[in-house]
Amino acid sequence: MEKLGSFILPGMIFVVVIFGFSKKVKIFDTFMKGAKEGLISTISIIPAIIGLIVSISMVKASGALDIFTSFVSPVFAFFGIPAKTVPLILLRPISGSGALAFVSSIFDSCGPDSLIGKVVSVMMGSTETTFYTIAVYCGSVGIKNIRHTVPAALSADFTGFIVSVLAVKLLLS
Amino acid sequence: MIMNYIFGGLMLISVICGILTGRISNVSDAILSGSDDAIKLIISLTGMMCFWTGMMKIADKGNITAVLAKFLSPINKHLFPHYEKTGAASKAICMSMIANFLGLGNAATPLGIIAMKEMQKETGKTKTLNNSMIMFVVLNTASIQLIPTTMIVLRKIHGSKSPFEIIIPVWISSVIALAIGITVAKLLEERSKIKKWKS
Repeated sequence: MEKLGSFILPGMIFVVVIFGFSKKVKIFDTFMKGAKEGLISTISIIPAIIGLIVSISMVKASGALDIFTSFVSPVFAFFGIPAKTVPLILLRPISGSGALAFVSSIFDSCGPDSLIGKVVSVMMGSTETTFYTIAVYCGSVGIKNIRHTVPAALSADFTGFIVSVLAVKLLLS
Repeated sequence: MIMNYIFGGLMLISVICGILTGRISNVSDAILSGSDDAIKLIISLTGMMCFWTGMMKIADKGNITAVLAKFLSPINKHLFPHYEKTGAASKAICMSMIANFLGLGNAATPLGIIAMKEMQKETGKTKTLNNSMIMFVVLNTASIQLIPTTMIVLRKIHGSKSPFEIIIPVWISSVIALAIGITVAKLLEERSKIKKWKS
């Protein structure tokens, strides 16, 4: 699997270069022009990224998630989501590495082939680090009013978590 | 507007919670390590970002992006109605969608940023996201990918007997999640339109 995966990136680049040559594109000159534009846009997103990442890591460190977990566990139980997975649901939209660490700890304590192990695997595989994505994408264009982005993205996440439980129960148990 | 409240709110909540839970020293560390992480992210992003914008330019001159944009236009004209189907923004959107679908993860982020920049260029510099931009962000916060590699590898490391069996449930779950995300985004854009009309 890891081997198959490692073909994707080189494969994409191969296709791009082959197409470039076939259309007689000046590969290196064009690359330099594009890369320069990339450099300019990366510099312009630095302030937004620093502000958002610092504030998100403050929330992670403050224990706000633990307090929130005890409040919302009953709500999640109503939707059939097991209590053990609640920290993952709260962590997932904020921190990719934090969520991955939590999944590892579940694998260690319950095993990857247990029901909980499968549920967290599917939850992790079918959702994204939502707030991070929103911060980076909106920060990159310096936008201040993001309108209904957060509710729409979170509704997708929440659906993903519920369907993960259902799909595992129906297909893998 | 709303970012001001989110940014300020996150920091106030963290300080208050940190004091209440006795983890204020962790919060203090997080401020230092957070800015450190941010600059590390930017440095690693800069390399990939420049490389991708360079490759994108080649792909663009070589006509690949135009072919992709045409191929995906039946879907994209509904999701991103603000952008012409073979314009620069549509091409960038397609490249980013393909990269996500193939599971490039962090390597796909710069392509998403390029797409946001192109969209903004085409519809003018504003401080507000338009409906198409919101749809694009929602699409990126969902995780539609062919093979959920990270999870399969992690399961294998932890001694799973069947690391691959999660693939189909992951497809089902992510597709339904995205469908709901798109629906909610569409419903809310109607509502915010009506609101604007009334005021």
